[in-house]
This record gives sequence, C-alpha cells and structure tokens, in this order.
Amino acid sequence: MEVGKVYRVAGPMVQATGLKSHMYDLVLVGEDGLMSEVIGISGDKHIIQVYEDTSGVRPGEPVKETGAALVAQLGPGVLTSIYDGVQRPLPALAEASGNFISRGLFIDGIDHKKKWDFEPVVKKGDRVKPGQTIGTVQEQLLIKHKIMVPPNLKGGEVKEIYSGNFTVEETVCVLDGTELPMIQYWPVRMARPSTEKLAPTVPLRTGQRVIDGFFSLARGGTAAIPGGFGTGKTVMQQTLAKWSDVDIVVYVGCGERGNEMADLLHEFPELVDPKTGRPLMERSIVYANTSNMPVAAREASVYTGMTTSEYYRDMGYDVLLTADSTSRWAEAMREMSSRLEEMPGEEGYPAYLGARLADFYERAGRVTTLEGGEGSVSVVGAVSPPGGDFTEPVTQNTLRIVKVFWALDSKLTQRRHFPSINWLESYSLYDLDLEPWFVENVSPDWNKNKRRAMLILQENAELEEIVMLVGSDALPDDQQLTLEVARMIINFWLAQSAFHPVDTFCLYEKQYDLLEAILEYREFAFEALGRGVPVDEINSAASKDALAKIRLLDDYKPELEKVIKQMGDEFKAMS
Amino acid sequence: MTKEYKTINEISGPLIFVEKTEPVGFNELVEIRTEGGESKRGQVLDTSDEIVVVQVFEGTGGLSKESSVRFTGDVIKMPLSPDIIGRVLSGSGQPRDGGPPIVPDVEREIGGAAINPAIRDKPRAFIQTGISTIDGTNTLVRGQKLPIFSGAGLPHNDIALQIARQAKTLGEAEVFGVVFCAMGITNEEAQHFMADFERTGALERAVVFLNLADDPAVERLLTPKLGLTTAEYLAYDLGMHVLVIYTDMTNYCESMRQMGAAREEVPGRRGYPGYMYTDLATNYERAGIIMGLNGSITQFPILTMPGDDITHPIPDLSGYITEGQMIVSRELHRKGIYPPIDIRPSLSRLMNSGIGEGHTREDHRAVSDQLYAYYAEGCDLRGLVAIVGKEALSERDRLVLDFADAFEQRFVNQGRDEDRSIFDTLDIGWDLLSTLPETMLTRIDDYIIKKYHPKYRKE
Repeated sequence: MEVGKVYRVAGPMVQATGLKSHMYDLVLVGEDGLMSEVIGISGDKHIIQVYEDTSGVRPGEPVKETGAALVAQLGPGVLTSIYDGVQRPLPALAEASGNFISRGLFIDGIDHKKKWDFEPVVKKGDRVKPGQTIGTVQEQLLIKHKIMVPPNLKGGEVKEIYSGNFTVEETVCVLDGTELPMIQYWPVRMARPSTEKLAPTVPLRTGQRVIDGFFSLARGGTAAIPGGFGTGKTVMQQTLAKWSDVDIVVYVGCGERGNEMADLLHEFPELVDPKTGRPLMERSIVYANTSNMPVAAREASVYTGMTTSEYYRDMGYDVLLTADSTSRWAEAMREMSSRLEEMPGEEGYPAYLGARLADFYERAGRVTTLEGGEGSVSVVGAVSPPGGDFTEPVTQNTLRIVKVFWALDSKLTQRRHFPSINWLESYSLYDLDLEPWFVENVSPDWNKNKRRAMLILQENAELEEIVMLVGSDALPDDQQLTLEVARMIINFWLAQSAFHPVDTFCLYEKQYDLLEAILEYREFAFEALGRGVPVDEINSAASKDALAKIRLLDDYKPELEKVIKQMGDEFKAMS
Repeated sequence: MTKEYKTINEISGPLIFVEKTEPVGFNELVEIRTEGGESKRGQVLDTSDEIVVVQVFEGTGGLSKESSVRFTGDVIKMPLSPDIIGRVLSGSGQPRDGGPPIVPDVEREIGGAAINPAIRDKPRAFIQTGISTIDGTNTLVRGQKLPIFSGAGLPHNDIALQIARQAKTLGEAEVFGVVFCAMGITNEEAQHFMADFERTGALERAVVFLNLADDPAVERLLTPKLGLTTAEYLAYDLGMHVLVIYTDMTNYCESMRQMGAAREEVPGRRGYPGYMYTDLATNYERAGIIMGLNGSITQFPILTMPGDDITHPIPDLSGYITEGQMIVSRELHRKGIYPPIDIRPSLSRLMNSGIGEGHTREDHRAVSDQLYAYYAEGCDLRGLVAIVGKEALSERDRLVLDFADAFEQRFVNQGRDEDRSIFDTLDIGWDLLSTLPETMLTRIDDYIIKKYHPKYRKE
C-alpha cells in the first residue's frame, strides 16, 4: 500500500503528493484516515474529495491508498438498512460515535458476522455463468435473496457447493478454483450489466389518480418531479415510496432535511405494506445524507443507491429508486467543481452536468437479467429549481433525459390542492406505450375517458381566462356547466389527500369508476341542459356533493351505485 | 508553546496570507497581534506547504506585514457553563455586558458535527405561540426550524418577540430557553430586543449574542455557530427546550459573499458562493431532537428578502432547508393587520405530526385546509372584482369573497399581546366557515362537521 502526503487542504478538497492511485480510487486521508476519493490528477498531485469534515488536517499528514474504487457491499442484510451516502450504516455509526457523526470511522455496509441460511440451487459439476443464481437466502420473510455469480467473474464449473449457516464472507461455493462468498463488491460509479433492455410497456401503479390516470410511469421508467420549495416534492416522493407496486424501494435522501429523514425513518417501520401486510421497511433501503453531512458523500449517495437498486434488479425484482433531491446532488457537483477551480458552465454548474445526469438516469430500465429473468429499476428524481424557475440548468438537463414530467405548481399548493401536479404542464411520454396494457387489464374505455377528462380540463383553462375578465355569469350555460364539471374532476378526482387513511391510495378500478361517474354526471347534466333546465338548478344537484365523498370510502362500490342512481333520479325530476 | 510567525506576505480585505509556516491544520484558530499589541482572532481557510490563508474575524484594520501570527493548533471552541444563561456576548463570544469572562465547564467545537439522522427523534410536540396564523394554519412543533421571510420595514421583529414571549407546550409548565443571535442589526433594533427581554424577564432564561451593524462583517460568520453551540449545550447537556432566534440571516449571507469575493472564488448565483446552501444547512440543520435526550432546539431565523423577492438566493436556499416558512406580507401590513402573515405562501412542513387528536384537536387539519382553500379562492376573486365589479359575481363567489375579508379581520388580525389558545383559534375558524353553506365544506368529513360546526354545537 502506497503512502502519500497531504500537500494542501481547502474544505473538502485535498491535494496530495506521492500517490499512485487511479481516478475514483478510495484513499484514506490524514491521521484519522478520512474516507476520500481521487477525483483528479494534475502533475505530481492527486486531487481528492473527502467524504468527511477536514478540520484540523495539516499538510504533511499521510494519505493511504486502498487500491480500489468506492464500492458498495452487496449481499444479504442490505434490506432494512439505513445508510449515509457512502453506505456506512447509521445505527452502527451511532453506536460507535454517539449522537453526532464523528470522523474516521469505517463500518461495513453489511454485517460480516451475522450468519445466514444458504440454500444452494446448483450442484457440484454444474456449469454456471456470470449473474447466475447459485443459491438463496431468506433475507426477509417475503424477500428471497439470490446469491449470484458476480457479473465481473467468468463463471465456470462448480467444484464445491455448501449448504447451511454462513457469514457473508465465508465461502459458499468454489468455482474453478475461485472461492465465492455471498458478499459482492461493486464499484458504485459503474452500471451493473444486464442482457437486454426491454420496452416500457407495463405501468408502475402508484395509487395516485393524477399519476396513474394522466401521467403514468412505466416499469423501468424515469420521472422527474420539479417544484419550488413547499410544493410537496418530498411528500410526493414518500407517497410513491409507500404505495408504488414494486418489490423493493430504495430511498435516497440526498442533501435534504434531517427532521424529514427522521420522519421517514419513524414512519417506514410502522407502515404496513398494502399488498402483504408486512412492514414496509422490510423491503426498503434508505440512504440518508442530510444537507449538513459532508458534501462529497452527498455526491456519491445517488450512485450507491443506484448500485444497490441494480443488485436487487439482477435478482429479478422490481425496484423503485427515489432520489430527493437531484438538485442537491448537482449542487454538490458544483461545489466540488468550484473547489477544483474548473471552468464553470451555466450558473456555475460544471460543464459535465448534463452528461452526469444522463449517465445516472440511463441506469434505470426494465431488463432481461444476465440469468434470463426480468427485473426493473424505476427512477423518480425530485428536482428543486431555485425560485421555482424551470429554465434553470438542472431542471432543463433532467427534462432532456427523463420521460415523465410531473410539474409541481405552487399555485395549487396555496389552494391546498394535493398532489399539486399541474395537469396542463405535466406529461408522460410512455402514454402510447402503456395504452394497450390499460385496455387489456383495466377497461377498454380507460384511455378514452382519460382523453375526455383532459379535454374538459383544457377547455376549462381557456374558459377560466375569460372568466377572469368577465366573470362566470357572463358565460353561456354550456360553458358554465363545463366549468362545473372541470371543478369536479379537479376536486373529486385529481385532488387526493396523502394523509387521509383511505384516499391516500387508490387502485386502478376505483380510479376508473370515479372518473366514469363524473363523466356520467356530465352526460346527465348536458342532457338536462338540452331539455332547458337552468344551469343553476343543475349545479345545485345534491348527488354532486355526495359524489365528492365517495373517494374517502374504502368499500365505495355500494355507495357509488346509490349516488349514480340518485343522479339519474335527480336529473329526471328536473324540468 | 506554539511558534509565532512574522511572515505575512499579503493582506487583502479580511484575509491574510502567511508564508513559510510549519504544517497548519485546516480550520485552525489563529491569534494575530498587531505591532501596537492589539490582539485579533482568525481561522485557517486554506492550508498548504507554501501558504496559509487566514480570515480575520475582527477585521484586518491595523495589521501590517510586521504583525505576528500564532497558530494555536486547535479549532475554534466555545466556552460553556450553566452561568452563560442571562449573559450578553459579542458576535464572537466575548462578554459585552461588562461581566467576567465565562469560566468553562466544557469547551465545544463550534462547527457542530451533523446529528446522526438515525437517532433523530421525530418532532411532534405542538408549540402554542398564541398567534392564530401560526397555531391554526402553520403549526410549529418542537425541534422545527421555521424562518420568518420578511422585508424591510415590516414588523418581523415584533412577531419574533411575541413568539419568544408566548411559546409554550400544552400541558407543560416549562418555558423555553432563548438563544438570540443578532447579526448586523442596528443599535436601535438591538435595544428594542433587549428592552423587551428585560420587560418580560426573558433575559433570565436567554443567552444573547450581539453583532451590530458597525461590528466587523466577518465576525457575523461566527455568530450563529457560537449561538447554536450554546443552544446544543443548553438542550443536550442541561436538558432545556431552546428557541434560537437569529436575525438577520441576510446580513450573514452578505458576509459570506464578501468573503467569497475576497478569496476570489468562482461565484454562484448573484455572486453568492456555491457552498452557500451547505453553509446555511450546517446552521439550520442543528435544529432537532435527539432520541433519549430531554432537550430540543427550535429555530426561528429571520431574514429580510431583498426587494421582497422570494426567489432571491437567500430566501430560496433557506426555504429548501427549513421546514416551511412564514411570509410577512406588505399588503396585509398596509391594511393595518397585525401580524401581517400571509398564510397562502406560508407553510409548516411538520404541521401534521403536531396536530389532531392527542396534540391539538381532531378537526385541526380539516379546518385548516378548508380555511386555506376559501381564503386563497377569495383572494383570487379580488382580482376579478377589480375588473368586473362585485355585482357580476355569482352568489357562491360573493360568499367566498366576504369570507376572505372576514378571515383577514378576525383570524389573521390580533393584538401584539393577545395570546390565543389553539381552541380559540379553531373556534374562530369554525365561526368563519359557518358563514358558508354546509355543502361547500367539501374538505371536511361529515362526522367532524356534525361534531364541531357551530350550527350543531348549539343544539
């Protein structure tokens, strides 16, 4: 192991001489051995970003090489973990250093002492390929962890295979002379390979009407949630993490609030998974690198999160990675770039911002794994544009890459309309790809209703501009009715309370039924208008108010039937 | 004994560049002595074999190449003991009240290591401030950081003082300790604060750090860090619940920009340094509660938005770190409404964990949402009325418009010494909502209407 010397210290950026490390190799800086990464080489000096506070580090202190890049430790025990940005388990850090995070601690990402029951699925003499499963471990009650041949190994003939209780470091299989433990180390900045990327033809159910109904995300797709502060990005991210129909959730809290992370860490273990009745935490991994934790570790956190996501994808699971917020990640890049005195691009961000964002989002996808199974990583990235201005570089560069755009709107927040996704600005480019799925699996009318609702909202937006000038009473009756129907779609269907026990989650069928009922109301109303019923009388229909409360009911079907019947009777009685 | 150097090579603004030193640690505390014998303190910003850059807190006035520099080998620490309560200190932590220096029980690094997120407790204890626009619609909880975004000439200081006076936790007798950090405020403002602290006896449970407008700007960069280190001591060592009020964060950020320019750094937005987000976060994130410990830190940063522009980098970055914001509105202030808090853009992110059954009352969330919805709609309608007149509005719209006016007069408006209980606040809310037909209360569950609506309560 080479030992170099610190030459210069300026915040999280250190220069050192006498090193032979490669780019992105991990090195340990100073007497305390602070975790760091080589990010540049200039002349005889290595430029190093330090993942910890550098207070007190002096020129002349040693810099130790590790000869390897920053890696994630992958194996049984990753699930339910709470990590910092460089995969150090936070509860273990608290045990080692108390309430505040101190420096120079290196703690394994997974417990190396815990024994797991390994059950082989291959026999002695079998030939195995990279990525192939050689055995399984029941990691959580409902999650079987597949132990795979690391993708960067050649594969070969199984010479020995064991069964029983092992730690992650003990050999469970011998492959042509290579001893395989359960643990794998994978450099976080490198994508894990797969056989083939698949087309995005299956939607990812989120239980949120405005998303599933209007702007759905495909499995393996990418989405961005930009919004100024206070527009509900974090609540949105957490709601998605809670309710999305995936096997594993990886939540990366990147440069965000400590209290929010505390909230999440308290809530996840208590939350019950609607599908299985088990705690949500059993299938979650949380990376919590809050805004006051070292900025370089923040930069690394999205890669560590992505690497763990890909690892579970390789087992054939559907994974959702939510990153909150990618703007903080970009800012970490900017901060490091400015300390490196690089020539700045737009607004001080480094010129490679777009390339880095693209690299990251491209690691998402629904794939055929090396073994031939199917798994996916879907990515939802929050973006926090300064001043809510979507023309800034991070939002713009993100939009060039992602396929779904959920624009959060502060006007809607102020009206307490949640989720505050603006239905006119948002889009999903997966729309057409997903239509056949909805026709086949939900209702042949799904796409038709969606388009009709969207048209009404479009018309509503135009009419509202007129109303702002002349008042709603000046509009012809049919347009007044359209305004009312749009209001119903907005308030009864698009608005959804994340804090209401029932309304927080909505299945496709209920989404469809509710929208269908509103559109049916519209039919009745226009038919009545055609008969000459005054618009005021139509708008005061009691069934409309009854319809508003259906979404809050768990067993909504009988009540909905009643309301639809009431609707029919009421309109028939109008003359 | 550490060596003294007389090797200053360059002095530039608040920075000095020292050559030919033995290895010096990053962030180390530096003592500088002028030829006249005056002593100043500084901190290492950049260190290498060849040159060390030091920022001088008391300003570089009076320094020359002949001044001597001593590196202490240690980072800046704050001396702390229970006797610090009731003291008035300067922006760099020296006594300002004529009292003796603090004899420390402990000395703490002021940088403040990050609280491990895994051992943070979830803030959920409701704080009653007695102000309806906060308690009712933007509830504060213990451990939260909730800034007041204001503008020049608005009564943000009065609001902060009223909160410091009235804040209490329901059912607990304990009052809050106060750490007050003033950064670059005027002498008059400082006197106003001090007079109020003395009038109400709050000084007996307060620690005050004063960096006034004519004190060195660099010193301001230390003030919140010293204040928060003190707050952490009071909270986690002495088990107190602490309110930290700092004013004005805008001055703090200006100092940061000044330092950045002096160091010839690549500037970010509007000339502010690229690390401003991280720097602000290291202050704001020191609010919170730690599992298993008694105390807590709640923060009230005050910042004046330059030109009332909320997209300015200072309020913008703050808003991304803090758990909501209170917006002081010039328009409401002009209407003579106090406190002129505009609830529409205001927000408390931790509200949900501190309200409802067991905290305040079960109808709190629903009432708040419904008030919000119609007040926002009413405000939108005002724009319309200006064009078409009130007569052109529908019956429903007229009701909403009147609701918005009544809301400002009865809910928002209150006395400077009026301490409303949360139940009073909610009842005022219900009174206002009862001016609307019951069918319009779409955001409230039926059983809650049946239980709390004035119409049913009277029966």
